Amino acid sequence: MSGKTLNLTLSVWRQPGPDARGAFMTYPANGIPEDASFLEMLDIVNEGLIEDGELPIEFPHDCREGICGTCGVMINGRAHGQEKGTATCQLHMRKFADGDTIVIEPWRATAFPVVRDLVVDRSPLDKIIEAGGFISAPTGTAPDANETPIPKEVADSAMDAAACIGCGACVAACPNSAAQLFTSAKVWHLNSLPQGQSERYRRAQNMVETMEQFFGSCTNHGECTEACPKEIPQDFIAYLNRDYMKSLVANRKLAGQR
Amino acid sequence: MAAPTAAQTTPGANSATRPLRPSLRRLPFPLNLYQTAVGKKWVMAATGLALLGFVLFHLFGNIKLYIGVIEHDGEPIYDVDLYAEGLRELATPIFPRTWLLWLLRFGLIGAFVLHIHAAVSLTRLNVSTNRPYESKRDWLAANFASRSMRYTGVIVLLYLIFHLADLTWGWIPGYDWERGEVQANVVNSMSNPVVAIVYIVANVMLAVHIFHGTYSMFQSLGINSPQYNYIRRHLARALAAIILIGNVSFPIAVLTNVIEYDPSLLG
Repeated sequence: MSGKTLNLTLSVWRQPGPDARGAFMTYPANGIPEDASFLEMLDIVNEGLIEDGELPIEFPHDCREGICGTCGVMINGRAHGQEKGTATCQLHMRKFADGDTIVIEPWRATAFPVVRDLVVDRSPLDKIIEAGGFISAPTGTAPDANETPIPKEVADSAMDAAACIGCGACVAACPNSAAQLFTSAKVWHLNSLPQGQSERYRRAQNMVETMEQFFGSCTNHGECTEACPKEIPQDFIAYLNRDYMKSLVANRKLAGQR
Repeated sequence: MAAPTAAQTTPGANSATRPLRPSLRRLPFPLNLYQTAVGKKWVMAATGLALLGFVLFHLFGNIKLYIGVIEHDGEPIYDVDLYAEGLRELATPIFPRTWLLWLLRFGLIGAFVLHIHAAVSLTRLNVSTNRPYESKRDWLAANFASRSMRYTGVIVLLYLIFHLADLTWGWIPGYDWERGEVQANVVNSMSNPVVAIVYIVANVMLAVHIFHGTYSMFQSLGINSPQYNYIRRHLARALAAIILIGNVSFPIAVLTNVIEYDPSLLG
């Protein structure tokens, strides 16, 4: 790990607790290796803070390989920083220049209250997943391969949707704090596949209506896709809207036939 | 009694898991379409499409201002005056005079009311759910049109009221408004440079509103097919350009005497 090092200035949001007032604090971040990830840079700064007897900066992190969706902060006004299709943990310090000032702020949304410093409570996203319910999966012996034929395009689309790691960057980037991209990815990943058809319209309706108890409405800016570390396309939002409007008719028909 | 959990004892820690809004009391079928934000956006898109159709037909009618005087039943008449009278006599053998026009007008008024009500309630929702950033945001995809919809919308509404007061009701002082004399009223009104500038600025705002509205409409209605999605931006640009160039041309043409009103031509 011998390489260039960077000297940076951090402007970090510090907030002792959910109900406390927060403010930006400035910290020097000197001798940061170029190959460090953004979270490792914060680790190095925190070690310095602990040595000085200060409380370390709390930030969300877990797998640090871009697949768990735990990390995520606003870096210089962009969710997950300037690197497209990359979570904060996969953003490397070589993308910054020596002497840069980096402004770090937690996700902002009424539904995402700050827990401490850069950590926010994203449990409303879990409520949307819960509202999605189950899929009817037959139990018994393992099904034969290729028993359920799925066109390649459909499988690809479902896989693109399933790539969502639930980090909340879409909500953070949205001027309305809407969770449409998250919900649409979760809905489309099951609604596009044959295995998800039995509960298709119930799922669409329940997830949208739960989403709207917490989040704003989509106005089609497209900021969410730009922020998304998995580059989930806007198209899924249109599919969600379509399935939701159909669900209002379909679910009513089903109820009438009971 | 179960022991209190950590979430219950830590103040504020459980606040996010409580919904910001209660769950819906479900209304009967056609009304439930308008109960949720997704449904309201669908209604906004559908009414926006109707209003867009009106704006395009309005432009089509206005182009007759350029045609000037024509011969009708052996009498010289301004083509746009004849067109305006024709609107009142739409489908006259079937409907009495002005009935179909009023039917269309009620449809438009309904579309306006729904479009504006949905816009106001969605804006209120989005203001309540969004907590602005303390640091400067760096916008990547949102453009001027998408971020200014609520402002351009208000400007277009105020302009609409002015436009009706000016040319439909004749309430704006400065010239002698005459019912049915469309060419005369347009020329007399817009030859005032202040009024002409109001028309030009308002129609630029209308074009900006239509640019984002046309693109957004497809997403809200759920019309999406990756193979053809590139058309949506082109269509938004084309419609905004047609409305912009078409509508702004009229006040400019009046100021530069391309569109004129000359009573001596009517004999």
